[in-house]
Amino acid sequence: MLFHPTILALYAGSLMVSFLVLYALPPTWQVWRRWDLNSGSEEQLTIERKTYLISTLLAYAFAFELLSLFLYIFTAEQLHTYFVGAMCAAGSLYVNAYGYPTLILRLINFLLVGLWLIVNYVDNRAPDYPLIRKKYLFFLLLAPLILLETALQAGYFLQLKADVITSCCGSLFSTDRTLIPDTPNFLPQFPARVIFYTVMGVTIGWGSYAYRQGRGAVLFSGLSALALLVSVMSIFSFISLYIYELPSHACPFCLLKPEYHYVGYVLYLSLLGGGLTGIGAGILSPFRNITGLAVIIPALQKKLILTALILFVMFAAVVTFQIVRSNLVLS
Amino acid sequence: MGARIERQKNILDYTLAALLRRKRKNAVLVLVYTLIVFLLASVVFFSRSLQREAADLLQGAPEMIVQRQVAGRHELIPLAYLEKIKKIRGVQAARGRLWGYYYDPVVGANYTLLVPESREVAPGTMAVGEGLARLRLSAVGDDIEFRTHDGSLKELKIARIFPAELGLVSSDLVLVAEEDFRGLFGMPRELVTDLAVQVRNPKELPTIAYKIAEALPDTRQILREEILRTYDAVFNWRGGILIAILSGSVLAFILLAWDKASGMSMEERREIGVLKAIGWETADVIQMKCWEGLAISLTAFLPGVLLAYAHVALTSAGLFEPVLKGWAVLYPHFSIKPYLDVSQVAALFFLAVVPYTVATIIPSWRAAIVDPDAVMR
Repeated sequence: MLFHPTILALYAGSLMVSFLVLYALPPTWQVWRRWDLNSGSEEQLTIERKTYLISTLLAYAFAFELLSLFLYIFTAEQLHTYFVGAMCAAGSLYVNAYGYPTLILRLINFLLVGLWLIVNYVDNRAPDYPLIRKKYLFFLLLAPLILLETALQAGYFLQLKADVITSCCGSLFSTDRTLIPDTPNFLPQFPARVIFYTVMGVTIGWGSYAYRQGRGAVLFSGLSALALLVSVMSIFSFISLYIYELPSHACPFCLLKPEYHYVGYVLYLSLLGGGLTGIGAGILSPFRNITGLAVIIPALQKKLILTALILFVMFAAVVTFQIVRSNLVLS
Repeated sequence: MGARIERQKNILDYTLAALLRRKRKNAVLVLVYTLIVFLLASVVFFSRSLQREAADLLQGAPEMIVQRQVAGRHELIPLAYLEKIKKIRGVQAARGRLWGYYYDPVVGANYTLLVPESREVAPGTMAVGEGLARLRLSAVGDDIEFRTHDGSLKELKIARIFPAELGLVSSDLVLVAEEDFRGLFGMPRELVTDLAVQVRNPKELPTIAYKIAEALPDTRQILREEILRTYDAVFNWRGGILIAILSGSVLAFILLAWDKASGMSMEERREIGVLKAIGWETADVIQMKCWEGLAISLTAFLPGVLLAYAHVALTSAGLFEPVLKGWAVLYPHFSIKPYLDVSQVAALFFLAVVPYTVATIIPSWRAAIVDPDAVMR
């Protein structure tokens, strides 16, 4: 177990988010079971008031999740000096079995909480809360994931043990392990680039069509999810190589370092934002026929698609710029 | 879009006016909040600076040191070991180092005696740090007496004094010639304090260390990386412990914030009642409370961080220095340059602002759902 100030900060953040989620659970259950807009009972009135609390709690939880996602990677980066054989965050997350699962779960939770907020926003704009039971069920399913994230993160940090000098000998003898994860070179270089630009092109193209015509949001949503996945794989298989100008350094974390002008923040924020708003546009489609939402949803979908388009174009542009500027030539 | 921003601006406007109306009540809160941020930030900044300083200092240290151990204690190492080490492939150079400590009863201080690699110090002379020269009131050309291992006295002439700029690292340093060093401590010719090994490819360091350990089983190998890692761990551990202790005060502060936020005066409740009666919605009141929290947090966070920065930069974190730096654990003295990065600010945010915000969400909601009819009656 390491007593690092930023680790303590992450514990604090996770505990706070878990507290918010746990606090929101009983009222959510109540809303899901007992919501009845037509009733004028005192119980219904209390429940209606509680919906404000739940939205507020989750909006904060979402903001904290986003910030702590980056702090988590940052901390892993700082910790690499403690472990023999770790070169950067990629290595320190690999030290025990909880590092990467925590990161992946953090990403998933970030997207899910974001989607919840989009649905919540739509629902609150309609006078009769048509989606209320659905969104609270969604939250009931989401809450265990957030609690699991806290547990996994605690598991990761609690099992960290720094390789420090002991009085009997240098710590050398722990060097048998290598802390460089197998580079997930999912795809060979050339097809990877083709696939990346094809998927991005199709997504952006279909998005522009959907934006102008006001339909096809579901397909755009699927394409956005695909673009998100393909882009993450592309960061591993070629984008990072171009940025580091090293054919062997396929690390998704060093991009966040000052040496590379913090380009990782631009890339990841645009990618996550684009993925979230893109997917968000599609999941609203099934509800567009509900009275009360017929006007709200298409307008919001347009906005979401436009945001996703801007962010994806930004991502692709930064990637292309980095490739063109790079001194590395991959054949 | 413009209308929405305008709306938020109006809510913010109202919030700030309301905060200023209750100046005294909020001032206490902001003061405590600032103090909490100041304490946490001082610890975080200071432990980070120490870590950086250690890293900078150790840049010049040898990549690997080989020490002999007898019965678990550091012992003098035979020069003959050098031959075995040099035979290992990948070792670029290896040399014996002579260093030690000398207690000077005249001034009650410990000197660090070192034989420099280059033969820059002639026998019978020495180069000393500025602190030592000041303490002994001596100048270049003066003699200083040393008591040798057999009780006899030995005089060495000061040939050079290190400039004060190097003072913090070298103020207690004495460079002497090998003959004088051996004569002073009675160290046989074939023994040295430890061995410094240089390796061509840093990636091979662990392998070479392992080979040395196999060839010379009574030695331990210390890599520069390991020293660095240990310092890192020690400083961060100390910083973490201090923060864990301070978390008690953070908890007290959270309770204060919770209490302040939930214990609304009748006047405040009436105010919210009026707002709702004139058309504010519950969501607007929550929004207002959110702005209120943000205003208070920023008002406390920024000065707290700035004060902590000044505390570390100007006084070397005078309040925490003994705890964080340690006493004799770290031999070289540190001058503190504060070193700031985004992650530290983010960490502080999670340690201070997030708990405060969480403590106020629920009371804010309670305030926002008041029934205008009930409070105004």
